[in-house]
Amino acid sequence: MLQTEENSVCSAQDVAQLLKRMAFEIVERNLVSEKLVLVGILTRGVSLARRLQKIIGETANRDLPLGVLDITLYRDDLSSATHHPVVRKTEIPFSLDGVTVILVDDVLYTGRTVRAALDSLIDFGRPQSIQLAVLVDRGCRELPIAADFVGVSVPASAQDRVMVRVEESDGFDRITVMPRDSTSGE
Amino acid sequence: MGFERKDLLGTRDLSAIEIRSLLESAESFKEIAERPLKKVPALRGKTVVNLFFEPSTRTRTSFEIAAKRLSADAVNMSVSTSSVVKGESLLDTVDNIQAMAPDIIVVRHKFVGAAHMIAGRVGARVVNAGDGANEHPTQALLDMLTISEHKRLGPGLTVAIIGDIAHSRVARSNIWALTTLGVTVRVCAPPTMLPRELEKIPGLVVCERPEEALAGVDVVMMLRIQLERQDRLLFPSIRDYARIFGLNRQRLDLAAADAIVMHPGPINRGVEITSEVADGSRAVILNQVSNGVALRMAVLFLLGGQSYE
Repeated sequence: MLQTEENSVCSAQDVAQLLKRMAFEIVERNLVSEKLVLVGILTRGVSLARRLQKIIGETANRDLPLGVLDITLYRDDLSSATHHPVVRKTEIPFSLDGVTVILVDDVLYTGRTVRAALDSLIDFGRPQSIQLAVLVDRGCRELPIAADFVGVSVPASAQDRVMVRVEESDGFDRITVMPRDSTSGE
Repeated sequence: MGFERKDLLGTRDLSAIEIRSLLESAESFKEIAERPLKKVPALRGKTVVNLFFEPSTRTRTSFEIAAKRLSADAVNMSVSTSSVVKGESLLDTVDNIQAMAPDIIVVRHKFVGAAHMIAGRVGARVVNAGDGANEHPTQALLDMLTISEHKRLGPGLTVAIIGDIAHSRVARSNIWALTTLGVTVRVCAPPTMLPRELEKIPGLVVCERPEEALAGVDVVMMLRIQLERQDRLLFPSIRDYARIFGLNRQRLDLAAADAIVMHPGPINRGVEITSEVADGSRAVILNQVSNGVALRMAVLFLLGGQSYE
């Protein structure tokens, strides 16, 4: 139904595969880090963090705590935002002091969301380190930020819109690229 | 959708959607009080002026803490009532403050409509923190935020408001907001403290005796006897008032078994409420105070996050 306007990059099967590989990489990189936690950025980053948590629990037998981060209050465009951003609940029910945080989001684009998330995390404590895991790196960075774990790199121009859909929010898993002026979809 | 006004002046003209969206936002702000570092950068560089023409400790402090936790610069201006007796000097004060380019003005004044008048005159966002006996919207909203922690806020819920209804802006703001959400509100007061126009409000029940108001209610809201706001005594004696209208354990037993007890503070212990009830397990009076900060953070954020167009 959306094949004409949208270019599907990854199917649900692909997404599952990517997450599995990312989970392995996260475990591999952190074999010696005892205090490892996941923090997902609302909304889709949280869904992906939950899945990574599940895979890591099943395959590596490691039970990682999971936090939920809303970055609205740390955005750098609050004064110019045209609509009222909705503030959602941040829930980090554990101390971040001395732990290794795996920060999870769906798409890495300008890097501004990650900048806001880093500032917010550091207000919660002093983690030993923060590593960034994203399902898609689409390029076009506006800040010097890079991911540690990338599901798939999709080189896209600023005119493109890269969308990650997850079952929890959208009913299905899919990664798509489409022209930004496209009238289809949302 | 959501709350998209320039000012928050009262609850009377707020829609159910606006009220619910304010409460939902406030929910997200509660957690900030539990962080090791209780500050977020959302209103960095914004100026909030607390302009209080009436003495106030908790409301002013609550707004000040809310503004500071959002990283706004909070400035407190307490103007003595005696120096501002005419409308003209109020306007002068406001013009002076506006000339200092604040982003949000929180105002309390003894005249009904003071906040509305200021809002119409300045470009800054205005929050009414109490205008005479008219409205005190953030108190009603924080009360509803507290109720929603214990009860389903909507049709089927019954709230009793007991005390000096006529002089209470807290009662008015609560009555407007609660009835908008479909909550049944019972009010009870000595006849001299009961405005007559109340009977016309749908969803509002006027009770003569506190026993009648309390029977089976889910929420009991006691009001402070505001002696400083009365031109003359409206009841024979404080002892009589406490005896007939005060909330004690026996009277509270008439309410639902899981009823909660609220009070906007400050409490006159032994007058409208006994210490036993005020300090008892069903009292949520201090939760109201904590929720006040979260609710006011939500209001300041929604008003001050961006310029109004």
